[in-house]
Amino acid sequence: MINIHEVEETNAMIEKENLDVRTITMGISLLDCIDSDLATLCGSIHDKIYRCAKDLVKTGEEISRDYGIPIVNKRISVTPVALIGAAACHSAGDFVQIARTLDETAKEVGVNFLGGYSALVNKGMTPADELLIRSIPEALTTTDLVCSSVNLGSTKTGIDMDAVRLMGTMIRETADQSGERLNGCSKLVVFCNAPDDNPFMAGAFHGVTEGDVVLNVGVSGPGAVKKALESIHGADFETLSETIKKTAFKVTRVGQLVAREASRRLGYPFGIVDLSLAPTPAIGDSVADILCEMGLEYAGAPGTTAALAMLNDQVKKGGLMASSYVGGLSGAFIPVSEDQGMINAANAGALTIEKLEAMTCVCSVGLDMIAIPGDTSETTIAGIIADEMALGMVNQKTTACRLIPVPGKTVGDSVEFGGLLGRAPIMPVNRFRCDDFVNRKGRIPAPVHSFKN
Amino acid sequence: MEKAIITVVGRDTVGIIAKVCTFLAEQKINILDISQTIVQGYFNMMMIVDISALEKPFGEIADSLARYGSEQIGVQIKCQKEEIFDSMHRI
Repeated sequence: MINIHEVEETNAMIEKENLDVRTITMGISLLDCIDSDLATLCGSIHDKIYRCAKDLVKTGEEISRDYGIPIVNKRISVTPVALIGAAACHSAGDFVQIARTLDETAKEVGVNFLGGYSALVNKGMTPADELLIRSIPEALTTTDLVCSSVNLGSTKTGIDMDAVRLMGTMIRETADQSGERLNGCSKLVVFCNAPDDNPFMAGAFHGVTEGDVVLNVGVSGPGAVKKALESIHGADFETLSETIKKTAFKVTRVGQLVAREASRRLGYPFGIVDLSLAPTPAIGDSVADILCEMGLEYAGAPGTTAALAMLNDQVKKGGLMASSYVGGLSGAFIPVSEDQGMINAANAGALTIEKLEAMTCVCSVGLDMIAIPGDTSETTIAGIIADEMALGMVNQKTTACRLIPVPGKTVGDSVEFGGLLGRAPIMPVNRFRCDDFVNRKGRIPAPVHSFKN
Repeated sequence: MEKAIITVVGRDTVGIIAKVCTFLAEQKINILDISQTIVQGYFNMMMIVDISALEKPFGEIADSLARYGSEQIGVQIKCQKEEIFDSMHRI
């Protein structure tokens, strides 16, 4: 039988160490909504999402109350909209109509975000893909809850550089069009090797290989890992890795319980648990603080990549056994603006975009929530994206970029996004030009899969 | 049998257990196990209870128990279904 110490440990993790379930994300296929008439399509999209997700928020709150564990976000991901809208949309404005429908429906069912305003263009763009991409600036700056992602490359296909270049332009335009609203780039991510079942925003979409409706859960818990490491301060690497593994196991088991329970109550199948250490700007909920506890003065100091590699690997090892199905991004997230420790490191000058790029080779995702000067050229943005995509392509992993040019601001300034998105210092960007490289047409071929060195 | 874990934490006073137990009896909640400690004047109790005879939704009971604790006794009471602890601490 459960004893008082175990109960205390669990409740301390929840109350003092910010342990929570970060998101229950309902993936909904919109393939059966496809129609060549835009109004009919938008009507079907609304009806299907509403029918599937109307009880999502209420059920999430009930589970949260029954187990005493906060479930921070309830979200929806849908089939990439470039596919759904291809038959009906003849202009970028038509796609924006779909974005508005998604936004209104998301508000109606009460979810925090809806992802899937996406295109998968890792080998080439259809006319619909290109229209959707060109509609992103307007779609993200005239809606509140819609998130967009574009898959620009993969290990099997190489990198579509035409799409990379176009995204550099779209990111600049999204930032420029945001005006007084939340910078739309905080809801926009580009990927290499994007997973079909990721529950985390901004990159969640419901892949075409998925079932009709599925429930994915993302766990969190950097605070719990840090606390556990404090209790073995200065121990050897074996103890360090065992402690991370055990904590990740416990954290993931809570995610698995919530996922199973949500599936039972809502009557839709459980997809995966995403074993991620997802930080928030709250004090004590930071991945960078774990790196500091491991012995670094700041995240970004020499040794950071090794520490992060180990952390990420042990989180996976502990989490894999705790859940029957693991998927999504699964690892440690290192967003700058959403993690107080990362913000501190950037302010201290310990963390640069180049170091972050190295860190993304060994942890989940990539250059995330990084504010850059508003006058950064679109080709420079495309160049940074191409570098990050290449890391994912060659290393057979998911990589991503969520770069946020902040109009009118430059290095030394900072920007406030608010809520879970946090705040960020503007980070310096390498000023040497790459125009002649990114302006070449076509794609980078897929890499060789043998002769690994 | 459906089980829940109740934890009570607060400054020690006379009659905490009595008050909590009376409340539980009124809601048809059967107590299966109690463990209790006092650390530096702080009362710390855990109960394992059977909630299969509940007539109201579990969430409502948990909320009213929390309210009763803070308003009537001056302690913090949490009531959670047992599975969260089982999941975390048992393979």
